[in-house]
Amino acid sequence: MQYLLTITVDESVPGPQPGDEGFDEAAAAWAGYGKALAAAGVLIEGASLTPSGSATTVRLTLGHSPTVTDGPYVEAKEQLAGYYRIDAPDLDAALDWAGRIPLPFGVVEVRPVALFAADDGTPTPAQS
Amino acid sequence: MTGRRRRPSRDRAVTDTVGAAITQVAREESGRVLALLAARFDDVDLADDCVQDALLQAVETWSTHGVPDNPAAWLYAVSRNRMIDQLRRRAASRRRLAASASELIPESDPRPGTPLVVDDREIGDERLRLILLCCHPALDRETQIALTLRLVGGLSTAEIAAAFLVSESTLAQRIVRAKRKIRDARIPLTIPDDLDGRVGAVLGVLYLIFNEGYLARRSPSSLVRVDLADEAIRLSWQLVDLVPDDGEVRGLLALELFHRARFVTRTDVAGDLVVLEDQDRSLWDATMIDSAREVLGRAVTLPGVGVYRIQALIAAVHMRAATSAETDWPVIVDLYRMLERIDPGPVVALNHAIAVAMVDGPERGLHLLDAIDGLVDYHLWHAARGELLARSGDLGGAVAAFGRALELAENPAERRHLRRRIDQCSPSETDVEE
Repeated sequence: MQYLLTITVDESVPGPQPGDEGFDEAAAAWAGYGKALAAAGVLIEGASLTPSGSATTVRLTLGHSPTVTDGPYVEAKEQLAGYYRIDAPDLDAALDWAGRIPLPFGVVEVRPVALFAADDGTPTPAQS
Repeated sequence: MTGRRRRPSRDRAVTDTVGAAITQVAREESGRVLALLAARFDDVDLADDCVQDALLQAVETWSTHGVPDNPAAWLYAVSRNRMIDQLRRRAASRRRLAASASELIPESDPRPGTPLVVDDREIGDERLRLILLCCHPALDRETQIALTLRLVGGLSTAEIAAAFLVSESTLAQRIVRAKRKIRDARIPLTIPDDLDGRVGAVLGVLYLIFNEGYLARRSPSSLVRVDLADEAIRLSWQLVDLVPDDGEVRGLLALELFHRARFVTRTDVAGDLVVLEDQDRSLWDATMIDSAREVLGRAVTLPGVGVYRIQALIAAVHMRAATSAETDWPVIVDLYRMLERIDPGPVVALNHAIAVAMVDGPERGLHLLDAIDGLVDYHLWHAARGELLARSGDLGGAVAAFGRALELAENPAERRHLRRRIDQCSPSETDVEE
């Protein structure tokens, strides 16, 4: 069963940047977490995103051309910062991995991925 | 009652017997049967449907053929057969679907190789698994309560809805949503390595069920709901059997038994609230108190210390006093202090302040009460201030505090009690009497 772990953080409290004190420790913790996921055979993919100031939102409305606006889809103090897609046997295992994400504070939402096998066997997102 | 409306007594007797037997088997066995089937076939939702169907079938079959010698075995056999039948049908329809539209097969095929034969002598930890599933932190608290009562306690949706004063359709939707989440997010029916943390959630749920029975905030007609309190006690006994070495599980059970032993004295014949101080201690259930003491005695020998054991110890001190005046308040103050250390919170601080007032006088208690943050909308904080103000001689202040408590209280028996206290403390009333 695949789960998407989305990481949401308060962007007004930036994490350490390269050269800052604590950056090396934080980077090592993330690398260690990624390695642990891979070593356990659960990691499918993952990425860290640039801050939401770089986001552009495209809104689709049937019968109209798409509207493009500056910024993330929802204005909020906490914004999506990255994600992992993992393969875990059940929710408890996924929650366990989510709890080990090396963030001092933040929110991780765990959602099962709904997949259907396409004709060629590759997984594609459900239409729901 | 008119003779015309009365049914023939023999039919009534048969109906009553069958009804009682079904209620009993639903309460005591359906959770076990459900847990066993859910674990064997890895489908809580379907297991629940099949057990419910079997209970419905019991009404019909038992009314005609009589209650079987072993109702639990009957329930298990019928539920299991129904489940196997349903799984076979699903497998057949999957095969038909597979033949016509292979691209529609879900990736996560639910264990197609599950054997359809079950050895019903293997019960194991299934019931604990089911309790832990119902109280999984991925479900919200109200859903945990509803699922526990429904799947483990064997209460019907209608019964739970009536107990918590929500509409049956709302509750049914909540249960359907929960079962869907259990399936879609794959919440496992397993016993986690960290049992301590998860048992804590179960205790929280049982405590809330008992509390609703102890002080039925939502009940329009009575102060207590014996059925809910007894249900919490029954489930707590089960949990003690399942995790016998957990001191907090036994602590909660002891706490519940101590409180339950006083139920009959908590209201008078008119249904009005009688405070602990005025309760007729000769009417307390001595057998239940003995049972509570025994459970608590074992609980305190087990490792650790926790909120349920301390609360049970406080209850035990109250119950030990032959009269209210003989209550050992200094010990209670110590226990509340301990409770404040391990589980600080405004309600604990409130109880601590009341106990201190009993030892050091109302002024000292009021001083502590007024220092508590976050209780301005809690009726019992105002009621406690009223009592302490009255005792310190400030009747005007007491009336104002009771008045605020009355605005916030919901239970009618509590409201009548507060009105009475306002009358007793009103200066005009005193003037009239003098």
